[in-house]
Amino acid sequence: MDATIHHISKPHPVTGVTNSKLGTWLFLASEVMLFGSLFSAYVLIRTGSPSWPHGWTLLNVPLATLNTLILITSSVTMVMAWASLALKDLGKYRLYMGSTVLLGLGFLVVKSFEYGSKFAHHHYPATDTFYATYFTLTGLHGLHVIGGIVLNTYLLFPGSALWKKEPDQFLGRVEAAGLYWHFVDLVWIFLFPVLYLL
Amino acid sequence: MQKYGWSLPIDVSTHGYQIDRLIWVIHWFMAVLFVGWFLFFLYTLFRFRARAGHKPEHHEKHFKLPTYLEAGVAVFEVVLLVGFSFPIWAHIRNQFPDEKKALHVRVVAEQFAWNVHYPGPDGVFGRTSPALMNASNPLGIDRTDPRALDDIATINQLHIPVDTPVIAQLTSKDVIHSFFLPVMRVKQDTTPGQQIPVWFQAKQTGDFEIACAQLCGLGHYRMRGFFVVDPKETFTQWLAEQAPKPEEIAAWTAAAAAAASKPVAAPAVAAPASH
Amino acid sequence: MSQTNGHSHPHGAAGHDSHELPFWRKYIFSVDHKVIGIQYAVTGLLFLFFGFCLMMLMRWQLAYPGQPLPVPFLANLFNETQMISGIMLPEFYNQLGAMHGTIMIFLGVVPLAVGGFGNFVVPLQIGAPDMAFPKLNMMSYWLYFIGGILMLASFFVPGGTAQSGWTSYPPLSVIASSGQTWWLVGMAFLINSSLLGSINFITTIVQLRAPGLSFFRLPFFVWAQFVTSFLLLLAFPPLMGAAVLQLMDRLAHTSFFLPTGLVVNGAPIAGYSGGGNPLLWQHLFWFLAHPEVYVLILPAMGIVAEVIANNTRKPLYGYKALIYSVVFLGFMSFIVWAHHMYLTGMGTGMSAFFQVTTMIISIPSVIILTTMILSLWGGAIRFTVPMLFALAFLPMFGIGGLTGLPLGLNASDIHLHDTYYVIGHFHYVVAPGTIFALFAGVYYWFPKATGRQMVGWLGKLHFWPSLIFINGVFMPMFIQGMAGVQRRLYDPMQYAHAQPTQVLNVVMSVSAWLLGLAQIPFIVNFFYSIFWGRKADQNPWQATTLEWTAPSPPPHGNFTSEPVVYRGPYEYASPDSKSDFWPQAMKEKN
Repeated sequence: MDATIHHISKPHPVTGVTNSKLGTWLFLASEVMLFGSLFSAYVLIRTGSPSWPHGWTLLNVPLATLNTLILITSSVTMVMAWASLALKDLGKYRLYMGSTVLLGLGFLVVKSFEYGSKFAHHHYPATDTFYATYFTLTGLHGLHVIGGIVLNTYLLFPGSALWKKEPDQFLGRVEAAGLYWHFVDLVWIFLFPVLYLL
Repeated sequence: MQKYGWSLPIDVSTHGYQIDRLIWVIHWFMAVLFVGWFLFFLYTLFRFRARAGHKPEHHEKHFKLPTYLEAGVAVFEVVLLVGFSFPIWAHIRNQFPDEKKALHVRVVAEQFAWNVHYPGPDGVFGRTSPALMNASNPLGIDRTDPRALDDIATINQLHIPVDTPVIAQLTSKDVIHSFFLPVMRVKQDTTPGQQIPVWFQAKQTGDFEIACAQLCGLGHYRMRGFFVVDPKETFTQWLAEQAPKPEEIAAWTAAAAAAASKPVAAPAVAAPASH
Repeated sequence: MSQTNGHSHPHGAAGHDSHELPFWRKYIFSVDHKVIGIQYAVTGLLFLFFGFCLMMLMRWQLAYPGQPLPVPFLANLFNETQMISGIMLPEFYNQLGAMHGTIMIFLGVVPLAVGGFGNFVVPLQIGAPDMAFPKLNMMSYWLYFIGGILMLASFFVPGGTAQSGWTSYPPLSVIASSGQTWWLVGMAFLINSSLLGSINFITTIVQLRAPGLSFFRLPFFVWAQFVTSFLLLLAFPPLMGAAVLQLMDRLAHTSFFLPTGLVVNGAPIAGYSGGGNPLLWQHLFWFLAHPEVYVLILPAMGIVAEVIANNTRKPLYGYKALIYSVVFLGFMSFIVWAHHMYLTGMGTGMSAFFQVTTMIISIPSVIILTTMILSLWGGAIRFTVPMLFALAFLPMFGIGGLTGLPLGLNASDIHLHDTYYVIGHFHYVVAPGTIFALFAGVYYWFPKATGRQMVGWLGKLHFWPSLIFINGVFMPMFIQGMAGVQRRLYDPMQYAHAQPTQVLNVVMSVSAWLLGLAQIPFIVNFFYSIFWGRKADQNPWQATTLEWTAPSPPPHGNFTSEPVVYRGPYEYASPDSKSDFWPQAMKEKN
């Protein structure tokens, strides 16, 4: 009885992708709809307001710029991790994936300074719709960053055991995680100018 | 007069006949389609039931009639849209009566009553403020505003004169309600934070009702108001009876003068809450 | 959560994996799509039953407002925040209303139609050994289960469960008691369950079709599930976003949906900045909720197509038209949502757009219905129990669809909006529409899932009274709607315009209770047949699609060898075949 599911490691001859790659793209499509709806909510709230402060007057642009650089760098290290694995260098893979995780944690640390500073000045989500939007959008993005860090940590340590048994499948998982991580980065690339610079 | 029954309520408005006509036209169309389909369906079930000697057909006959019918349905829908719905909606939403000739009212919905605000003889609505709203002043009318001295507030009593256009500004204090006058074919959501105008004109007198048409809490079912269309003189008389008494006006004027002479007046609007 | 079907006694023939899994991994935390499908189906049916009970309670209050429940033991089930001396309180009525809708849609129909039928049948119909992501499949079931538990638990929190309608419009839902928070969190679980499921379905259908099974040889049921999955994938996230915003408003006191200057219970609302817009919720909500109604109907259309083809013994008419229509319907469903919002103060431009798209979307629906009726022409119609339900679906969906017309045009909607006309409209589509189709699916695929047949005469005893009484429940609603009777009214007798039709409430309530009784033959039949039903062979309906080439019930992995497909899905009465049906996977002439 052959209960094997096809196209886990080898791409489908017609679609050209593995199951996990297609699944990841579908997931990302739903995430586009999620963040898209929240951006739309922001547009509706902002255009319906009698006045709206410019982001740079209330938010810490230098810190957020640093965070942008951190995330972009982490996307680079993520690609390097995948490429190292494709070149069968597990050591380099661990190095780059570890860097990605650390950079992700760095992003969260910077974020916690930002949030902490806001709370210390008594600016909370309830303060007004500007802060409500800021905290909700960056907060949900932050949760997605945490999810990515958890996933990448799994692939760095326990999950990497699959490399010995099914290297192609493991490479596919790292690629899928990379797609997700790039998406999280991309959301930030939109969030940063919209919230901080407009 | 049979106001309510098993069909559309009586229509005492000047514009409602268009809505009623559209409803009936659509329903005739629906009935024709359904009866046609259904009879064909039953016939097919009978004619093609499995029985000895009866063989099914494999080759697909291409039926032309359904394509024509489908095209006909689509054309009819265009007619309903362009010939009926678009003009009716434009009429209702855009063709407001002359402001100078209309009776103006404000209707402010709350859990679970309809507050009706008349501007009084000066024709101007006095200032209102949420901070002033309480049980005896549900509309929050600021009687220190001289233009508010003649304003009339009622609870659940919307009286209008017959054969007179009415422009009503609708809003809500707390949650979304919906202002529904069944006999006028008027229905409009009242959304807090928004002021939405509707217009209507009654062509017949009578006692009718306001219903709430959007779930607004546990009292939604009993949010019934009285909608009365009066002969013109009766309305004028009724309005005069609702008007503030001279002694009330005097008291408000005195209070306003006293408040103006005080050094610092309390802000009228509550400061935004901050944690 | 144990199984109640044929899996409880392994047949021993086409074997399981060489290492036997322990009971809890075989039947509870299973990754097999068939087990998961049955879990979804059984859980879904239980929730349908519970949601039906909520409605039967509501119908007592509607028929006899203010009267105590006639059965004392029932009255004792409720506390004094729900009923006093057996007389329902208005807030409890509103809770029943909100939860009846929520449970039927999100915990009943969709899990049964997509999670149940989709999971069980789709991999079999495409010749796959399982779904593309079996572990993800299991996770989606358990997320649904948790969401369901949260929704049920919400009945017991102080203040009761959600009571702002299944539509949860703010500001009402923001100022409502804590049950609404439970509803939002429950919805988050359900949305994520659905998301994982839709990723699984799309990937499975795209990647795991058997050799020879091109897209235009797929059974229409698979196409319907395919489009449904895209709707779920893309339409649910905005509701997730909206739920996050509403949770923020309720818990963090933001004002996404609260405008400035709210005065609640006589006092300005404290602790909120204002500046928000209640309509924002409505846009985000309906952006999901409109495609959601197509999620409710599409799998049902898929089931009806399968049963009709099989029981007319001829190919479906207009197979390609069906596919193009269902895909077009899927696209259009994303751009009609604001027809639920005509009365929010919409101007001529926006309402013209949405009326046009709403009229356009009626066209593929009519094409689908018409092709199914035309599929009967020239057939040899067998009136089996699944076919009875599938046939009844057609005129019932016709009524539901047609009554959407006066609602879809905003001028007529002025009078009919939020009246019983709307309730009649959508229930016709979902109740004698979708739910009848789901019954057809149960009777049709029961032998495949269990290896046993359901009892025929009990099925007919289920069908005829159900058909009669379900019309008794919903047809009078159109009359009430025309009379202007609003929905969600605890006591319609308060309004003069609603009083003349009050007698119809008694008719509808009695019909509803009799409809409940009419389900007893089904429940008896279902459980009896699992254990003692006549054994069914592999293909008891002489059907052509791939699931009938697997054993009944199929073992883990489904097929002894991977099927190869040679032709389309409905080759009945083929001139090239001696037998009156020619299975998809049979190479030689029959």
